Amino acid sequence: CEQNLDITPKYDVVSDKVYQDFNNYKPILAKLYAGYAVTGQQGPAGRPDIGGIDEGFSNYLRQYWQAQELTTDEAVISWNDGNLRDLHDMDWTSGNEFLRALYDRIFYQVSLTNEFIRETSDDKLDSRGITGANLETARQFHAEARFLRALSYWHALDLYGNVPFVTDEDEVGFFLPEQTTRTDLFNYIVDELQKIEGQLVDARQNEYGRADKAAAWTLLTKLYLNAEVYTGEAKYDEAAAYAKKVIDAGYTLEEDYDNLFLADNNNSSEIIFAITFDGTRTTTWGGMTYLVHAPVGGSMNASEFGINGGWAGLRTTKTFVNKFEDISGTTDDRANFYTNGQELEINDLFTFTDGYAIEKWRNVTSTGEVGSDAAGDHPDTDFPMFRLADVYLMYAEAVKRGGSGDQALALQLVNDLRGRAFLDPADGQISQGQLTLDFILDERARELYWEAHRRTDLIRFNKFTSDSYVWPWKGAVKEGRGVEEYHILFPLPATDLTANPNLDQNPGYTR
Amino acid sequence: QHLYASDVQLELATGTRATNQAHANKTLAEALNDLQQRFGIQFSYKADVAENLQLKVPSSLAGEKNADVVLRAVLEPAGLTYKKVDAVYIIQKAAPAAAPASSPVRERKSAKSQTNVTVTGKVTDETGTGLPGVTVVLQGTTRGTSTDASGNFSLSVPEQGAVLVFSYIGYTTQQVQVGNQRTLNVTLGQDAEALQEVVVVGYGTQRKSDITGSVTAVSEEEFVKGQVTTPEQLIQGKVAGVQITSNGGAPGSGSTIRIRGGASLFASNDPLIVIDGVPVANSSVSGAANPLSFINPDDIASFNVLKDASATAIYGSRASNGVIIITTKKGEAGKKIAVNFTTQHSIATVPNTIDVLNGDEFRALVTEKGTDAQKALLGGENTDWQDLIFRNAYTTDNNLSLSGTYKFLPYRVSLGYLNQDGVLKTSNFKRGSVGVNLSPTFLDDHLTANVNFRGAKTKSVFANEGAIGSAIIFDPTQPVYNNGESFGGYFQWEDADGWNTLAPANPLSMLYQRDDSGEVNRWLGNVQLDYKFHFLPELKANLNIGTDRSDSDGSTITAADYAPNNWGVETISRYAQKKENNLFDFYLNYQKEFGTGSSRVDATAGYSFQEFISEAPDFAFQDTEGNTLGEEPDFIPAYSQVRLKSYFGRLNYTLLDRYIFTGTVRYDGSSRFSEDNRWGVFPALAFAWRISEEVFLKNLTAVSDLKLRVGYGITGQQDIGPEFPYLARYTRGDNTAQYQFGNTFYPTFRAEGYDTGIKWEETTTYNAGLDFGFANNRVTGSLDYFFKDTKDLLAEINVAAGTNLTNRLFTNVGNMETQGFEAAVNFTAIDNEKLTWNIGLNGTYINQEITNLSKVENPDFAGYDIGGITGGTGNTIQKYRVGYAPFAYYVYKQVYDADGKPIEGLYADLNGDGVISPEDKYLYKKPAASFNLGFNTQLSYGKWDLSTVLRGNFNNYVYNNVYSNLGARQSYSFSGYLNNVSRNVLETDFERYQYFSDYYIENASFLRMDNLTLGYTFDRLFNDKVGLRVTANAQNLFVITNYNGLDPEVFSGIDYTLYPRPRIFTLGLNVNL
Repeated sequence: CEQNLDITPKYDVVSDKVYQDFNNYKPILAKLYAGYAVTGQQGPAGRPDIGGIDEGFSNYLRQYWQAQELTTDEAVISWNDGNLRDLHDMDWTSGNEFLRALYDRIFYQVSLTNEFIRETSDDKLDSRGITGANLETARQFHAEARFLRALSYWHALDLYGNVPFVTDEDEVGFFLPEQTTRTDLFNYIVDELQKIEGQLVDARQNEYGRADKAAAWTLLTKLYLNAEVYTGEAKYDEAAAYAKKVIDAGYTLEEDYDNLFLADNNNSSEIIFAITFDGTRTTTWGGMTYLVHAPVGGSMNASEFGINGGWAGLRTTKTFVNKFEDISGTTDDRANFYTNGQELEINDLFTFTDGYAIEKWRNVTSTGEVGSDAAGDHPDTDFPMFRLADVYLMYAEAVKRGGSGDQALALQLVNDLRGRAFLDPADGQISQGQLTLDFILDERARELYWEAHRRTDLIRFNKFTSDSYVWPWKGAVKEGRGVEEYHILFPLPATDLTANPNLDQNPGYTR
Repeated sequence: QHLYASDVQLELATGTRATNQAHANKTLAEALNDLQQRFGIQFSYKADVAENLQLKVPSSLAGEKNADVVLRAVLEPAGLTYKKVDAVYIIQKAAPAAAPASSPVRERKSAKSQTNVTVTGKVTDETGTGLPGVTVVLQGTTRGTSTDASGNFSLSVPEQGAVLVFSYIGYTTQQVQVGNQRTLNVTLGQDAEALQEVVVVGYGTQRKSDITGSVTAVSEEEFVKGQVTTPEQLIQGKVAGVQITSNGGAPGSGSTIRIRGGASLFASNDPLIVIDGVPVANSSVSGAANPLSFINPDDIASFNVLKDASATAIYGSRASNGVIIITTKKGEAGKKIAVNFTTQHSIATVPNTIDVLNGDEFRALVTEKGTDAQKALLGGENTDWQDLIFRNAYTTDNNLSLSGTYKFLPYRVSLGYLNQDGVLKTSNFKRGSVGVNLSPTFLDDHLTANVNFRGAKTKSVFANEGAIGSAIIFDPTQPVYNNGESFGGYFQWEDADGWNTLAPANPLSMLYQRDDSGEVNRWLGNVQLDYKFHFLPELKANLNIGTDRSDSDGSTITAADYAPNNWGVETISRYAQKKENNLFDFYLNYQKEFGTGSSRVDATAGYSFQEFISEAPDFAFQDTEGNTLGEEPDFIPAYSQVRLKSYFGRLNYTLLDRYIFTGTVRYDGSSRFSEDNRWGVFPALAFAWRISEEVFLKNLTAVSDLKLRVGYGITGQQDIGPEFPYLARYTRGDNTAQYQFGNTFYPTFRAEGYDTGIKWEETTTYNAGLDFGFANNRVTGSLDYFFKDTKDLLAEINVAAGTNLTNRLFTNVGNMETQGFEAAVNFTAIDNEKLTWNIGLNGTYINQEITNLSKVENPDFAGYDIGGITGGTGNTIQKYRVGYAPFAYYVYKQVYDADGKPIEGLYADLNGDGVISPEDKYLYKKPAASFNLGFNTQLSYGKWDLSTVLRGNFNNYVYNNVYSNLGARQSYSFSGYLNNVSRNVLETDFERYQYFSDYYIENASFLRMDNLTLGYTFDRLFNDKVGLRVTANAQNLFVITNYNGLDPEVFSGIDYTLYPRPRIFTLGLNVNL
């Protein structure tokens, strides 16, 4: 028999050949997007992208959501998994596996996008004979990959602050990246987004699921709105300007608020950038599967959520509940609480019936159809990472914070949102005097709860760690207490400090 | 009338160097040297055989081409006999107690002075078969004869005081007082010692005396008896330094084998297993519980365990974890047909079950402490779920073998049929096996062929082992069946919306509504040709071509109304796999003796190529009507391919029979690594000094054998999961992990992480050992000290974030040290014709420590969390951390009240920061035993024999996951269903789970009686035609331990493996024709 050791995989494609064929480009791009939705090459689990943690836990969206929500007044979870409880207790350490998984996911996306960006440079495309329409498309892909890299770097900036910095200039291998500062990283992301702005497809003109100019503008808005937190230097003019670009791009508010979170939300003209899921074709134990199953428990009827059973995990605190004057949902449509058999007070974090449940995410369409997974495991519901309502509120906030813009428009936008939400639109309207920054923060909670914004918002309003604003079990005590300010950044995982001695831990953390 | 051998010896002893035409006189060494040259055959004999002995070599045989004819003619007159074991001729005294050559004259005189009578009789083996060629000698003389083809003999002896000595190679020598008897029937027991004279090592055999490494041979006679259904169980507890832990009690399930603790962390720690020269993959085979289960244990002749680097280095890159060489039985040359039939019938019982509350107790607890909602869920039954899922299970194991020589063709053909029920209801394992061995010789014995074929068809029904987990937590107050039509009639927990998906499923529904079965056809065949060059018989060429193939398929069928089946139809999930392992080996072996026994060279050089291929097609998940459920798959098979190419050499040099040097080198290439790192050199050096052969000890009768061994070597490891870890490549995602652009779903292409520099893991082993035998080898044994240092450990570590295409990657990082001490002693306490009593004892001390785990050394590194537990998702209880043993537990230090009761949730604040946080966890104990003990003893009295094997582990700790997961009243706090608790709750009164408390880390030291066998061997029946032996055997008879769980023997150290190891009672019958 043939006894040569030079063999190559039978079904995999060796990298130096994969880019010769333009047909491979879109599946590679699809992976860059799928990195936010699924956990590996086999759904719902199997052949994972990253290791060292339960695969369902390793899901990007799931961990991003948990980091942004479980640490706040909006969400508590009843599970006993590892150090999960530390997120709400706010006593996480550098050994926290969930924060590590999120960090690993972020940098996995950075690596994956770097690889694609490197391999689709104009030089490389030219050397592979990619020309004409293919070349144009490849350049769009290239710009989208850079957008996705910027998106993940923004997560890194927001969550971890001072992180290792790797770009497409670095080859894949074993090297020790230098640590960047929050300011430098901020500038890099902004610069990147501005560079690719022209190459991205015009707003609302790309295929559903892919990023366009408006996605980049929304991200720039977020960066500028939080610039003071990130760099110490306020950039509210820029925030308002980019928000305005999005507002003018032709998106419209979804008529029924609840439809934004249903199985057919891909039809919504409010969503600017979504992470897409599908009951049979884009499946994971994280992502929307988690967001639809985990809040269902107690006496809730799983079939109303289009699933085979609840996971009895996620509820909310009374601090959040109290943001609504009427929690029944009959005045403000956004108050989607489930209270039957649930206690408002949380005496025990680990009892599902302690804390009101939230009915927001469902695997049912706006017309009542159940999603495509006949087994009832995986929803069709997409995750609206950026949607117009968020941009409205960011515009209002930027202007309120002194950014140059139109005060009247700010009020109008907020009232548009409330008009949609209130059963009688007139009930919800507020005056310019009522439109304070604190009102906007609360309005963001009412409008955007459980959409992975809360932690960033609370930090921007200096309410995340302080004892001036507490919620049940903040700081691991029932009535809530303030925690040290350094918690506004998560610690770099101990694993990366070991792997890369160039890194210094964020201030405040012992190691 | 027989010729007396003494006639010959007398002549020799008196110094007459007869040089007549009939024969030439030569010393044994000279004679054998001649024969070796002439026929190119290899001899082995103990030094005391050769002493002062001269042989007549009849010149009439000068042209004889059959080595056997010459050998017999030369050896038999000198009271010597021989046996061919694995192509080596072992020469032994036919009558070890025969007169010393110094006093033959007196003996002869005394023999003459008495009246002689003729004694006749028959010599048989343990199974009652007549033994041909047994030497029968009158003690104190050299007068003797040998038995004929049926085992009969006749000898003239003095009327008074005659003692006959019966000896036969491979059997224990017996002395029998003749007295007034004129008919003597004698049964010879097999002698394990003798068979060990030649040891099978990699690529050839070596005399035991020449072995410089740490090697333990276990032959058939020493195998563990009873209901042994999978090969490795044959040597459980028998070999120092080898830990074999069965993976629970499921039928056909395998074992975890560790030789000296293993040398790797993330790469495989399984030893290399070589069957008749063919290394087999120890990876799992789809549809079979155990990759070794296709071998019928009844076909195995011996195990040779190579432990240190000097022994294993010939297997280079696959030798770090030791090597187990399995040799199957062969037909004996020159023997007429022998038929052997064995049948065994067993009943397996469940020795004990998990101690959970019964219905009344659980009702009382919930009624006292539960909420109204919980009380409302209580039922009125007293259901013992564990009792319902287990059964007494029957097993039958039958083997028929025919062996002998047909014309020129020695053969052995065997058929086996095993049908084993598991104690968990519905589980079953069936195996039909066939084995064929042909070992003909051609070209005047210059060409030996060895053809082996082993085939097996196994059918396994895998009972859902989840049913055991469910049975221990399922509410004992609930009934087994509901009255309605739902769920196939089984009671299940329901919520507003049907089955409560968070609740456990009814244990019986898990067994009876789900059918998981697999079928495997597997065969292993090889042809080994061994050619002695006509012009240079010292040189042999050996070619071995082998293949090991398996073909599996199986399916899991789930009933439509099975509660966890969400599809509402009967579903089927199919799988299949084809595996192939092809081997091509070629080596040259040169053996030459220089001078007369002063020095010996045994050199081997060879080439080996092996390829492993595995392919598993993709199947759609379907209903049983053939409609696909969910997304149609892409039907791209899972495929893996690995090639290994090697050049190897070994030089053994023996000087003065006392000083032995062995040098080994293997140059290995693996397709797993890039061209730059593909090849590795694995050298070993060893030296042995046979102290007992030195003048100052030679005459000391108390010391029969003493050998000092020292060895050093480097071995490798390449058996990591991925096949192309060095190669930049893209893999296609499945259709269930696509991504949507517009209205189209795209399968994804993923860039895989890789390390272009990945290379061999290297383990350096130092070994020092002492083999000893005292009082004429009544006491034998060995002591070994070993130290292993693994560097460039292939470990899956976190790479610096952002630098590679995954977060964790297999790369060469880290070090681990293993050191230990092994001792084995065998003692023949009593040995006479009526009563023999042997005792074997072995012990191993092992200590392992991780010394580095990162590319950049960092003593503060917290380590890697490992060891997932039951309870929560993703919870782990163990760690790899520098400075600790692998798998050390990572727990909180429990605080206890004055009564010694653990205080719920109160742990020691070990870092003193005033709060109890994950930083207060500490590393505590480890699952691996520091000390392993094996004890076996055999007692035989007349036709009765009794043997037992005991095994113990000491200083091994187990995380009692059953206690921790059922150890709190929280068990019944979930909404809509109740879970039972362990009785431990009554002691701790824990309200909430305390998964990470060191309270649950228990000392699981134990002493287990693995095996107890009573046998009776009948006299030959039916006119001497039939030998019959019956045995009664009990396995897993008792365990002495302080551990609170079901079974303290938990390899992983995390006790949630609940399939109880059954207690088995077996009756066996062995018939010889």
